[in-house]
Amino acid sequence: MSNDSKSGRRSGGQIICDVLLQEGVNAIFGMPGGASLPFYDALYHYPQIRHYLARHEQGAGFMADGYARAKNQVGVCTSTSGPGATNFVTSMASAQMDSVPVVYITGQVAREFIGTDAFQETDATGVSIPVTKQNYLVKDIDELPRTVKEAFYLAKSGRPGPVHLDIPKDIFLAETDAPIPDEIEVRGYQPASAGDSGMIRRAADLINEAKKPVIIAGHGVAISEAWDELRVLAEKVNIPVITTLHGVGCFPETHPLSMGMLGMHGMYYANIAVDQCDLLIGIGFRFDDRVTGRVSGFAPNAKIIHIDLDPAEIEKVVQTDVPIVGDAKATLAQLNPIVGRAETDTWLDYLSKLRSEHPSETPPDTDQFLPQHMIRQIYKHSDGKAKVIADVGQNQMWASQNFFYDHPLSFFSAGGTGPMGYALPAAMGVQVACPDDEVWCVTGDGGFQINIQELAAVAEYKIPIKIGVMNNGHLGMIRQWQNRFYDGRLMGAELANPPFDKVAEAYGIPGLVARTKDEADEAIAKARSIDGPVLIDFMVAENEDCMPMVFPGASLAETVEA
Amino acid sequence: MLSQREQSIQYSTMVLLVEDHPGVLTKVSMVLRRRGFNIASLSVGHSEQPGVSRMTIVVEGTGPRIKQCEKQLYKLIEVLNVYDLTEYDRVDKELAIVRISGQGGKRAEITSAAQAFDAEVVDLGKDYVTCQITASPYSIERFLEMASDFGIMELTRTGVVTMARGRKAGLGAQSVEQTEKEVTSQDGTL
Ligand SMILES: Cc1ncc(C[n+]2csc(CCOP(=O)(O)OP(=O)(O)O)c2C)c(N)n1
Repeated sequence: MSNDSKSGRRSGGQIICDVLLQEGVNAIFGMPGGASLPFYDALYHYPQIRHYLARHEQGAGFMADGYARAKNQVGVCTSTSGPGATNFVTSMASAQMDSVPVVYITGQVAREFIGTDAFQETDATGVSIPVTKQNYLVKDIDELPRTVKEAFYLAKSGRPGPVHLDIPKDIFLAETDAPIPDEIEVRGYQPASAGDSGMIRRAADLINEAKKPVIIAGHGVAISEAWDELRVLAEKVNIPVITTLHGVGCFPETHPLSMGMLGMHGMYYANIAVDQCDLLIGIGFRFDDRVTGRVSGFAPNAKIIHIDLDPAEIEKVVQTDVPIVGDAKATLAQLNPIVGRAETDTWLDYLSKLRSEHPSETPPDTDQFLPQHMIRQIYKHSDGKAKVIADVGQNQMWASQNFFYDHPLSFFSAGGTGPMGYALPAAMGVQVACPDDEVWCVTGDGGFQINIQELAAVAEYKIPIKIGVMNNGHLGMIRQWQNRFYDGRLMGAELANPPFDKVAEAYGIPGLVARTKDEADEAIAKARSIDGPVLIDFMVAENEDCMPMVFPGASLAETVEA
Repeated sequence: MLSQREQSIQYSTMVLLVEDHPGVLTKVSMVLRRRGFNIASLSVGHSEQPGVSRMTIVVEGTGPRIKQCEKQLYKLIEVLNVYDLTEYDRVDKELAIVRISGQGGKRAEITSAAQAFDAEVVDLGKDYVTCQITASPYSIERFLEMASDFGIMELTRTGVVTMARGRKAGLGAQSVEQTEKEVTSQDGTL
């Protein structure tokens, strides 16, 4: 079998596997079915690509997402037609919103049955249009090599995103001599590189004159791997750096210039810094409403420089003074040589005073075992070196607030669509991508149960993630909102949970319980000493609210601390 | 015919050049729908380049919102060019076929009114006259207003197609870019 050749007569299934190999993909996450069996039969002959059997296609989608984010490369997942494909949709929407390069390969009924309501036929590409960067229903075997290659190219280049390949069953089997092209060009698709040099000059002028500048670093910095350039810019000019949720880790959070995360549950001082700054340098972020608060009250006194690869993000939400359409890394590389130290000492002194008076990142000092303590303890035990994958809700915000991320690509969260159930499968994908790293899945007791079935795959493949269930007996974030905004009328917020340690044990994964800070210390130490997956059920205080908070409709200036 | 609401709206006229691939029309209309843009009319056909289709889309709204619309359309991989021709001098044409009630011996009256609009009588029955008119959407509206005095029995319209007036025939990528340069060099007026 010619496993990595670029030409010769091959089946559709082989072609896909060959492209996977060319693209350096060594793992694929999925579940087989009638329409994709010929693809599985091809995969059978490619032991270099390890298949991980997910227990739900959504799980497979999030595993590929985690894998892609951790490697900054394309992740791949696969399903059968119909229900397999529709089970992917939630993960596609998340990857689309969060710009994650995932290639979805779904089986489709054979060509002759398309359009006949055949068994397990769903118009999968019709469904995936709004939640993918591009999709294809491949009906001609001769076009398959180019199309698969193009899918990888589009997923990874420019602003990354999910690309969906819907492959009829008989196309997996059909054969062709058509070669896999080395290079892909797509007319009508030219991702930007560095920004316009005139604009970069203007940005430099503003930066050099600024008295109260801030940098907001977003996901784009991580995607373009611009963290070194970001650090040069911040240190050279002396500018405080704030990150979005997806930017966490792009700038060392223990660095004196780091001001943590901003937004709805951002650090008080970060939000105030943005409110009061005179120059806002936004790099690779999209002015999401969870970041800006009320837009009309956002950074009211600031000139705005916005660097983003996607022209559609420029002036989508706010007017900018210097719009730069460009890749973060390439643009900063041009910007850094023409900026110099600015007179920001007074501003930095002011901010550090603000921070010491409003230490948002410090958990309350109490004997109670608070959710914040759980995160802080994982931070301490792992020496800040763990990769953390958070689910959605309070746990997500605390995981970002109470751990100081000093390394890029060490905190992952599906912030754009906020799909509960993300953390467990995504953590599995991260661990598969980074087998030597310590990987923690931090999840609420609610979200954990959305993809809890993947514990079976954790056990089967002995994926050594540490699962920390932040068990507060509630859909915590829902409880918080109902308490604050619906006069405490809790409706659908309470959870009747099974003992999660026993659930884990039933799957063959060691399960521990921690009810106090001391027990948590012990459990974390024990979990880290076990060479393999472990689950800890952290029974934390039930009624803790996640603060600071910018209430819906309020501006960052109105950040509430307690 | 246009409702009261539609008459008070400002529209933008855009031309798209797109890959002639299956599903592209769906993708274009879905982007507009999910970004909240109402389509007043949309027509598609071949362009001068093989494999490239040309769409004329009239959407509600103007200004920065349309700029955003344009950028969102550009994000579709199959979209090659988007031109907002709203502010350009251009040829707008639409075809309408109208069956007008000729009851009460009004056929002759209708026929001569049609002449005044350069509409052509393409079918004639005992109690109706069918006219075909190719004109700007504005003239078609006026024609329909007249026709509604007699009674419109059936109406079909193609939606507008458009082309910018300029030195170059057609509207290939170059010609518009050129026209755009000319526009800017003349301080934004054409
Ligand atoms: C799939 C999905 N359904 C519903 C929601 C709405 N939602 C957001 S946070 C939340 C509560 C999460 O509770 P839990 O997982 O226990 O985490 P906690 O907030 O307690 O940390 C819910 C229901 C969501 N984000 N995703």
